[in-house]
Amino acid sequence: MKLNGAEILIDCLQKEEVEHVFGYPGGAVLHIYDALEAQDKITHILVRHEQGAAHGADGYARTNGKPGVVLVTSGPGITNAVTGIATAHMDSIPMVIISGQVPSPLIGMDAFQEVDATGITRSCVKHNFLIRDISEIAMTVKKAFHIATTGRPGPVVIDIPKDITIAKMEVEEYPATIEMRSYKPTIKASDRQIKKAAEMLANSKRPILYAGGGCIIGNASNELREFTRMVGFPITQTLMGLGTYPMTDKQSLGMLGMHGTYEANMAMHGSDCVVAIGSRFDDRITGNLEKFCPTAKFIHIDIDPSQISKNVVADIPIVGQTKQVLQALIDQMKDKKLEDISNWWSQIEEWRKVDSLAYKKSPGVIKPQTVIEMLYEVTKGKAIVTSDVGQHQMWAAQYYLFDEPRQWINSGGLGTMGFGLPAAMGAKLAMPDRDVACVTGDGSIQMMLQELSTMLQYSTPVKVINLNNGYLGMVRQWQEFFYEKRYAMSYMDALPDFVKLAESYGHIGIRVEKEEDLKPALIEAFNQKDRTVFLDIITDPSENVFPMIPAGGGHSDMLLAGRDEMVSKDETDFNAV
Amino acid sequence: MRHIISVILENEAGALSRVAGLFTQRGFNIESLTVAITNDPSLSRMTIVSSGSDRVLEQIVKQLNKLIEVVKVSDLTSQDHVERELLLAKISSNSKEGVNIKELVEIFGCKVVDVTDKVYTIEVSGKTKKINAFLDAFDPASIIEVSRTGVTGISRGKKLI
Repeated sequence: MKLNGAEILIDCLQKEEVEHVFGYPGGAVLHIYDALEAQDKITHILVRHEQGAAHGADGYARTNGKPGVVLVTSGPGITNAVTGIATAHMDSIPMVIISGQVPSPLIGMDAFQEVDATGITRSCVKHNFLIRDISEIAMTVKKAFHIATTGRPGPVVIDIPKDITIAKMEVEEYPATIEMRSYKPTIKASDRQIKKAAEMLANSKRPILYAGGGCIIGNASNELREFTRMVGFPITQTLMGLGTYPMTDKQSLGMLGMHGTYEANMAMHGSDCVVAIGSRFDDRITGNLEKFCPTAKFIHIDIDPSQISKNVVADIPIVGQTKQVLQALIDQMKDKKLEDISNWWSQIEEWRKVDSLAYKKSPGVIKPQTVIEMLYEVTKGKAIVTSDVGQHQMWAAQYYLFDEPRQWINSGGLGTMGFGLPAAMGAKLAMPDRDVACVTGDGSIQMMLQELSTMLQYSTPVKVINLNNGYLGMVRQWQEFFYEKRYAMSYMDALPDFVKLAESYGHIGIRVEKEEDLKPALIEAFNQKDRTVFLDIITDPSENVFPMIPAGGGHSDMLLAGRDEMVSKDETDFNAV
Repeated sequence: MRHIISVILENEAGALSRVAGLFTQRGFNIESLTVAITNDPSLSRMTIVSSGSDRVLEQIVKQLNKLIEVVKVSDLTSQDHVERELLLAKISSNSKEGVNIKELVEIFGCKVVDVTDKVYTIEVSGKTKKINAFLDAFDPASIIEVSRTGVTGISRGKKLI
């Protein structure tokens, strides 16, 4: 049977068991849309901006672990999607992005809606392809899904010229497997390294586990929990790792890094053995590298060899899947006698007493932290929470205690404002039975507002929690601390009436200005099972995110709420504990 | 430290730009880069001369390995190897060094490949140092134009990269 390129492409996507495609039509992809319309296995979600398509597919992938699929046209279609692609790339999210291209003979002629899609996306994808012949379609799609989902996952772009979607050929069998001589991601870690790590761990007096997004993407949460409980070590999680270990558990020290808890950062600072599991020593984690973990040896577990010894030199590097490495460590350490670390735990409990997430309520204003705490209470800690980028993101990370992996969806690496709303839509499509909340701010939400329209069209009821303080809060916070309160362009004048805005998109809008109205409003919002509800919550504009490690500081240089002086505990004699 | 990195990669469109892009994106420096097809027409071999600390070199090798089209990466400088560079230089013949040119060609074991009434075109091959020394032997004013290939290299004996 002869099919055209577009039909072959759609057939390949079906073989890859794709259920949702997020996209936007245009000239170069009209044949693909024609083929998409002729079938009913794949549902297409028509976004209102291509960046929303990429974030939507990304949120979908983060929530259920399957690759997200995007379909956009040439030129502005793909350039609009670039921010979303880069977002997925920084956080290692499996995605396949199909972009239309001008017909092959026009490539390089500055044709209408032509851009060099593979050139533009080269540095923000795991890999990309430009299809040159109809016979390459099936193999390219197979490779794209293979590359996107194996090893360290990431986005893969397939650029397909229009003439190739029109050409016809006899269909061949879709390849069941793929073998690439130039791409063989390491999966199994070296036994020797595992043994060395087990030895170091058993002999450490002040160990700490530092788990990142690699535990979530690598589906290693069960192994991580078993291992952590077996060894009884304290565990801290990165912004990307939250939920991989239950944050309500007594061994959990919460998040570490720039806005991490006092106990997490102090424990990192005082540790003699840091085990990085699927984390990459990002600058928001380490702060000043010269002051980072002065007494620690490092065991670094990651599937991507290039992450090891990039920022921090590993004493014991282990390249492998987090899931498999943790299982091997469990087996290796089952019968090992460990050092007594009760003194270390007593020290940590002392740090915990500092209660670094405590904040003062003031009468007449709603504290943003209270909103997150109440959101946690009303959803019983079970909602999938997406966020945008800024202060609200940090508060959500600090005060919503995530107990499950894939429950916290945010743009950690690229820090993309506008991510939250389309990601929430993707999350709801992936998990229609779960409550999904998008924690956002008056700055971020306006970057992808138009997706409210998509959410009506496809009935993806999400609760938008807009922490409206009239400022770009994180920018304002930095200006307050480091620019002598010169608030350059951080004030948002002329905000829209978000309630009316939500209503005009066909959703429910509720404004909350008093704390006593907060809980009833949240309950009402989550009772509206089938409706998107936009809660515009007016919060204290002067509130800052604490603790905070200022630029250039180390983990023991934290600013805490309600204290003018920096808290420095450098004098602690760690060898004594 | 100077390193010669040998890369075997799929002979596909776009592979070169991925490697070159990686170097600019991550702030690695390139002193020279050569690329050509190998005895297996589906593979290309790229030789890159770069410099940096051991840690930078480790990152270069790891990042190159991460590129999907790269089959193999090897640091030739860390092993027994042979390296060569080719120079084509046009030297003005009407200077007082006229006799000198022939003498230098003999000393450096290179060839005059073209002569006009005013210009000698000379081909030199060897290590980068030899080529630099050859050029240094002339009055800069007499060197009209040079074209260098950059370094290519291969490991010695049976060892393949």
